[in-house]
Amino acid sequence: MMSLGPYASFIVTSYAAVALVVAILIGWIVLDYRNQTERLRELDRSGVTRRSGRSAADAS
Amino acid sequence: MSLIDLANPTRFLALTARVLPWLSAATVILLAIGLYQSALAPDDYQQGATVKIMFIHVPNAWLSMFVWGVMSIASLGTLVWRHPLADVAAKAAAPIGASFTFLALLTGSLWGRPMWGTYWEWDARLTSVLILFLMYLGLMALWRAVDDPSRAARAAAVLTLVGAINLPIIKFSVDWWNTLHQPASVMRMGGSTLDKSFLVPLLLMAIAFTLLFVTLHLAAMRNEILRRRVRSLQMMQASRVAFSSGPREDGASKEVGAT
Repeated sequence: MMSLGPYASFIVTSYAAVALVVAILIGWIVLDYRNQTERLRELDRSGVTRRSGRSAADAS
Repeated sequence: MSLIDLANPTRFLALTARVLPWLSAATVILLAIGLYQSALAPDDYQQGATVKIMFIHVPNAWLSMFVWGVMSIASLGTLVWRHPLADVAAKAAAPIGASFTFLALLTGSLWGRPMWGTYWEWDARLTSVLILFLMYLGLMALWRAVDDPSRAARAAAVLTLVGAINLPIIKFSVDWWNTLHQPASVMRMGGSTLDKSFLVPLLLMAIAFTLLFVTLHLAAMRNEILRRRVRSLQMMQASRVAFSSGPREDGASKEVGAT
């Protein structure tokens, strides 16, 4: 077991804060992607297409 | 694929779909190795085990400046070369840069309490990084305040380039002023003063966090392109509705004019 000494709470809090903020960032980006692709699919279903003629939901 | 090819958002989306899984895997592997090496690093003779905070504080601090540097280059792309993805890159990077800056301030503060006896000191390095964090927030607020992305992009680009003046101030603050924050020990003339047992995990974590930024940035850029596609399609839909109901509005205005 790794010993963190008398300041273990500062070290653990630092690593936990980094993990939490990075997790929030990843979660926000993943949810935003799902949200945008869903909105594009809805527009596609309602018949709105891009000028290129491609499907609105076509991300490629 | 050249830089010119990537100016096409559709090609860029295809590229991100291909590289994001590989980048994500590489980031996870490097973070795991970096964390393992950090756990194995010995205690410092002065700092004790709190030296482990440095392995996350320093990469976040480097990235806080690096991300603003990326945004500054993207801003030049917006103002000078008018690259279609430049403002997308700048806008997508801002929240990620703000997060890294916040973490640099927080972990620095958590290291400072046991080592300096205080969470915060208004010295040049800490204050200039706090200003950088506030500039990130201001930039994000500006993007949200202006509806038209192209108008917001130009204003944000100018603000980003003005804010870039803060980067050398942060870097050299420990040399120019008498600060509580220690001077550079890795990126300095004459080489690093760190022992290999600390330098290796630190560099591994720095590379891992840089890869994390590249991965998150590409994913956030993809989201921003899709958001703009949604916006333009919604505007197209609204203009079709307005066009189809146009004659009735004309009639209404004529009626108003007749009264």
